[in-house]
Amino acid sequence: MKFKKILFHNFVFFAITMEIFFEPKVFENKKRKPEEFAEIAKELRRDVIKSLLLAKSGHSGGSLGTADIFAVLFFGGFLRYKPENPKWEKRDRFVLSAGHICPILYATLARAGFFPVAELATLRKLGSRLQGHPALDTELPGIETSAGSLGQGISIAVGMALSDKYLDKNDRRVFALTGDGELQEGSTWEAAMAAGNYKLDNLCWIVDNNDCQIDGRVREVMSIYPIDKKFEAFNFDVITIDGHNYNEIINAFEKFINNHNNQIGKPTVIIAKTKMGFPISFMTDNYEWHGIPPNEEQALRALAELQ
Amino acid sequence: MENFKLLGKKATRFGFAEALVELGEKYPNVVVLGADVTGSVLTSFFRDKFPDRFFSIGVAEQNATTIAVGLALSGKIPFFATYSAFSAFRNADQLRISVCYNNANVKIGGGHSGITVGPDGATHQALEELSLLRTLPNMTLVVPCDYIETRKATLAVAEFFGPAFVRFGRAPVPWFTTEETSFKIGKAEIFREGKDVAIVACGLMVWEALVAAEELWKRRGISAMVINNHTLKPIDVKTLVDAAKLCGAVVTAEEHQVHGGLGGAVAEVLAKNYPVPMEFVGMPDTFGVSGEPEELLVKFGMTWREIYSSALKVIERRDNKIGSNHVYRKVKDIAPLSNDIL
Ligand SMILES: Cc1ncc(C[n+]2csc(CCOP(=O)(O)OP(=O)(O)O)c2C)c(N)n1
Ligand SMILES: [Mg+2]
Repeated sequence: MKFKKILFHNFVFFAITMEIFFEPKVFENKKRKPEEFAEIAKELRRDVIKSLLLAKSGHSGGSLGTADIFAVLFFGGFLRYKPENPKWEKRDRFVLSAGHICPILYATLARAGFFPVAELATLRKLGSRLQGHPALDTELPGIETSAGSLGQGISIAVGMALSDKYLDKNDRRVFALTGDGELQEGSTWEAAMAAGNYKLDNLCWIVDNNDCQIDGRVREVMSIYPIDKKFEAFNFDVITIDGHNYNEIINAFEKFINNHNNQIGKPTVIIAKTKMGFPISFMTDNYEWHGIPPNEEQALRALAELQ
Repeated sequence: MENFKLLGKKATRFGFAEALVELGEKYPNVVVLGADVTGSVLTSFFRDKFPDRFFSIGVAEQNATTIAVGLALSGKIPFFATYSAFSAFRNADQLRISVCYNNANVKIGGGHSGITVGPDGATHQALEELSLLRTLPNMTLVVPCDYIETRKATLAVAEFFGPAFVRFGRAPVPWFTTEETSFKIGKAEIFREGKDVAIVACGLMVWEALVAAEELWKRRGISAMVINNHTLKPIDVKTLVDAAKLCGAVVTAEEHQVHGGLGGAVAEVLAKNYPVPMEFVGMPDTFGVSGEPEELLVKFGMTWREIYSSALKVIERRDNKIGSNHVYRKVKDIAPLSNDIL
């Protein structure tokens, strides 16, 4: 057992230095056919598994479960950005309000070319720009705000959308992702109230509705259902989708872009039904994977499933 | 004087959780509120034993704090625990008005506190809450030094009426006190006698202070007093002033920003009663970063080494009266007393 462990560590170390572990491949952000996203999402999920394995702590469940959404948003031509000019003043902004699932954001930004893919090996380590929760002060390209205290990012997104729509009067869009447990924070509903009140049709709020949080099922810990009716009441255009179905994800983002172009005077919310840990067999829909990393054996099994 | 030895390492959150179960058995009106981190702060122990007296509130710390007040105003003794980042900051307004202004019998647990929460990074490393909590009227604020003392502190705060906050952590830390070690809310304990310098510490820095004192003695023959100042509020003025009088130089040590926490509290007491040179060991006015607990304590200077060098520095300041050679004129000789009738 000990010997196997040493072998494994040596292998990982070797693989990282040889760039086998994190092959430095990047993806373009362009209009794609639905089936093209599968390959990208798989790569992102592999990055999540590998970086969490090396970090020895962190949040697997939500990071894996949202990979399909990240793949479409960042590599399907919906979010407009320039990795070589991360502060490009016409870019759309993406705010990860559920800061704990940053491993998927880091993987996505790396695969988009914001920073070297090999840096994913430094997640959560002393001196890394890849902090346990996104940190603006590390100046990691692509990060729009620090996050980690649930419920705050979404209000920041509302502030950005307000600024874009009413002060700078530009055509930028703001995308933000919250968890569903996160919706228990009262401040998220204050954000919804403000977004509806200000008719922020440039705001696209994605809810990762996996019905999982730390203590169990969201419906049991503290029910937030029905989610759609609540958002409707706050003047949102509500789109409910299967968060693992590329067609549905694409259609939802297209709908939002139309909403924005047509200035419908309502923010858009995409309630994405997802499964925590999807599609890893032993993680799928299991809330115990909310906040833990895979160990070596689990990581190898997961990577094998993601071949 | 107890001679403290390292008994092992254990996270202080276990002391909190075990005490809650004990309290649950003893008092039928003890209730616990959870905010979706039940398994992390181990209020799951209580939940599993007394499911009818456990309320899951969800990720809603402001709500949980104020619901606790409602329970308290209905004769219950509610304990609400989550990470200090959210049980002291997210709900700060609720703590100020609903808990403290009402003088409600609400007990707050601050888990995963300090830099030792580690890889989660700055957002989760509460290093400022002592300063905030210390200024709230009616609040009792306890920062126990190890697992056993956290258990004692949690039991103790249930025994009086009024708001209280007990701070504890996630990582295994030195465990060195025993059932016999004396503990009383509001009473600073002298853990080591000494006469050259007084080290006043709380939380996991108490063990570091003991190590520093031993090193000062072995390497330099300096005799350092170590005070475990677990209760930041109400603070033990007498013990602190006596120590300052005896040693004439004080170092404080805490897993918290150097401003406003234990160091600030001790400085306030001494400035008013018996000013002596002081040095402060703690987080140097910066946010933390991801890393392993031990790495971070070293990186940000919260180990026995900083206490050791601060002790040398403060003794030097005392002995050479650094900064105190100005001669002030005696005001009583120049102004007539009658002018003081305001
Ligand atoms: C204000 C605040 N309270 C508590 C936490 C601790 N915490 C981190 S993630 C989480 C659960 C969130 O559930 P959800 O939004 O559904 O995310 P998922 O588990 O699906 O990834 C909690 C309670 C936090 N980060 N911020
Ligand atoms: Mg969830």
